[in-house]
Amino acid sequence: MHLDHSHPGPAAVSADARRPDGARRALRIGLGGPVGSGKTATVAALCRALRDELSLAVVTNDIYTREDAEFLLREAVLPPERITAVETGACPHTAIRDDISANLEAVEDLEDAVGPLDLVLVESGGDNLTATFSKGLVDAQIFVIDVAGGDDIPRKGGPGVTTADLLVVNKTDLAPYVGSDLARMAADAKAQRAELPVVFQSLRAGSGVADVAAWVRAQLGAWTA
Amino acid sequence: MGGVRAVARIGATADGRGGTALPVLESDGPLALRRTRAVGDEARVVLVGAMSGPLGGDRFAVEAEVGSGARLRVGSAAATIALPGQIKDAAHYDVRLDVADEGELHWLPEPLISARGSDLYVTTRADLGPGARLVLREEQVLGRVGEEPGRLTSRLVVRVGGRTVLDQELACGPGAPGGWDGPAVLAGHRAVGQLVVVRPEFATHPVGAQILGEHAALVPLAGPAALVSAVAPDGLRLRRVLDEALTVLHLR
Amino acid sequence: MGRAALLVLADGRFPAGGHAHSGGAEEAVKAGRITGAADLEAFCRGRLHTAGLVAAALAAAAAAGADPAGLDAAADARTPSPALRLTARRLGRQLTRAARATWPSPELDALAGTFPKGAHQPVVLGLTARAAGLGPEDAAYCAAYESVSGPATAVVRLLGLDPFEATAVLARLAPELDRVVDRATVAGTAVRTAGLDTLPAASAPLLEIGAEAHAAWPVRLFAS
Repeated sequence: MHLDHSHPGPAAVSADARRPDGARRALRIGLGGPVGSGKTATVAALCRALRDELSLAVVTNDIYTREDAEFLLREAVLPPERITAVETGACPHTAIRDDISANLEAVEDLEDAVGPLDLVLVESGGDNLTATFSKGLVDAQIFVIDVAGGDDIPRKGGPGVTTADLLVVNKTDLAPYVGSDLARMAADAKAQRAELPVVFQSLRAGSGVADVAAWVRAQLGAWTA
Repeated sequence: MGGVRAVARIGATADGRGGTALPVLESDGPLALRRTRAVGDEARVVLVGAMSGPLGGDRFAVEAEVGSGARLRVGSAAATIALPGQIKDAAHYDVRLDVADEGELHWLPEPLISARGSDLYVTTRADLGPGARLVLREEQVLGRVGEEPGRLTSRLVVRVGGRTVLDQELACGPGAPGGWDGPAVLAGHRAVGQLVVVRPEFATHPVGAQILGEHAALVPLAGPAALVSAVAPDGLRLRRVLDEALTVLHLR
Repeated sequence: MGRAALLVLADGRFPAGGHAHSGGAEEAVKAGRITGAADLEAFCRGRLHTAGLVAAALAAAAAAGADPAGLDAAADARTPSPALRLTARRLGRQLTRAARATWPSPELDALAGTFPKGAHQPVVLGLTARAAGLGPEDAAYCAAYESVSGPATAVVRLLGLDPFEATAVLARLAPELDRVVDRATVAGTAVRTAGLDTLPAASAPLLEIGAEAHAAWPVRLFAS
């Protein structure tokens, strides 16, 4: 997904791969998924895993102003100037898909303020299974669901589950308690997504966010190649 | 054309001894000017309304010019009441203020009351040199107690060093464009006021925006100026919030 | 290009950031000044004749070829609330981006260079109309309509107001919108010869004061 078309004149337009000064901009990865599936926790874990090796920043899209941004600030996963919040007017999916201008501005402002950046994580506000990111905003997207939301979500599909570049099934440690069948979720996901990758993770046990972090590193490798 | 025409003029200059002289103090018809005791280096003038004008068709103007290094404070003895006249035309009241670099003007008249059936256009233009200072208060009360207001259109323009830092017009009363009394504009409030403060140091150290009371805000303008904008149920409560703003700005 | 471009520019789905703004309606709803369709209509009428008229005249002037920097300064002087100035520039920047991708033009490129953080949105709107081959009146229509459609859409979300009622409010305002556009177009096209002071300066104290209160809320649904 290397979009190399460029517009003349100052300030970048939409998905331009280069900044006005000609430098390659940061890779932008979106994280979407239903409310409570663990998007913000995954972003926090990714920041902790990657902050020593990469220059990164986060844009949150909250339903109510700055809740997610403030969680990340409290957790101190990044310096405050690397976290910014976009207000979405009660329509979080609009801000990441139909009208991405506020998010593009937030990304550009971060690059201006603390750049150069290698990676910008754009977190969507908790929405429904149909909310996906515009390709004008992000270069790749992660869709985060969790085992407690029902093990039939992969079977039901929807644009997020089906087309996201990475599907993360979160909170696997809860599976025994909520009666979710991980093998069935894996099989359903495979059926919906063919070759697109799926990661099962628990941020409370095992290797945590390591698999998702490895996937992000691979995306970054391809972007800067 | 009927109605009364009157132009009153004030000219203030530095007297060379650290005080302010008033070489021009011209009353005209209903617009009477009285010099009062100076306070420190500040000359003081009171506008005395000899008639309760302006009435329909009247054209009043007051002009004040403050020279470099001069300090002038102008108030009024009582509220100005716009009343309907024999003539159906609108009345006009123009205030023209010029303050030179290093001059200072405090323009603090009593409120303007728009009585039922009146129709008045008020225009206040303040032109300031780059280093001039200004405190300007404007209060409008829509109707006497329990009375419907007349039509009142009021424009306030402030320029500093040739650049317009504030240009606001408020139109209310019968015949004004719709919605003036609705939730976006006045929402039933009967008093509305503005306080403009211009100081050269605001260019580098602007005031912070601040909410004052329920329906008032102190804001930095785009330029070396600050504005307090307020609406209130009546003139008394409006004055209270504007006085509070003067305290916040260390002007009282 | 013909009039159809007006439909593209005036479309509520035109991706220029408007969806996240309520035009002061969120604050008015919370303060209890808007509780239903009748209040919404009075709110929109007041906004149309004040902020809407000024925006429409600025847009018409920009579309007629007046100097954008002068218009931007005139917009500053007519917007005492710093929260509203910031909002106008943010929306202007977002519109600049959308417009340059939609109707590439050297004038829009120059504007983006002069105002990297955004010019006032109505000024950008006028230049966008120009780039789209539209005239001052079209630009004024877009600005005037936006001044009421934004709050109407927001109140549907904020109060769960019946969307048919909200749309009927907009339809009832249409004749007044026509008159505001006429006035704005005359004033806006006169700027090149008569100067910036011919622009209307109609103000709405509660929109300005309310915007400052809203900007200070820790939690809100809309950006303005």
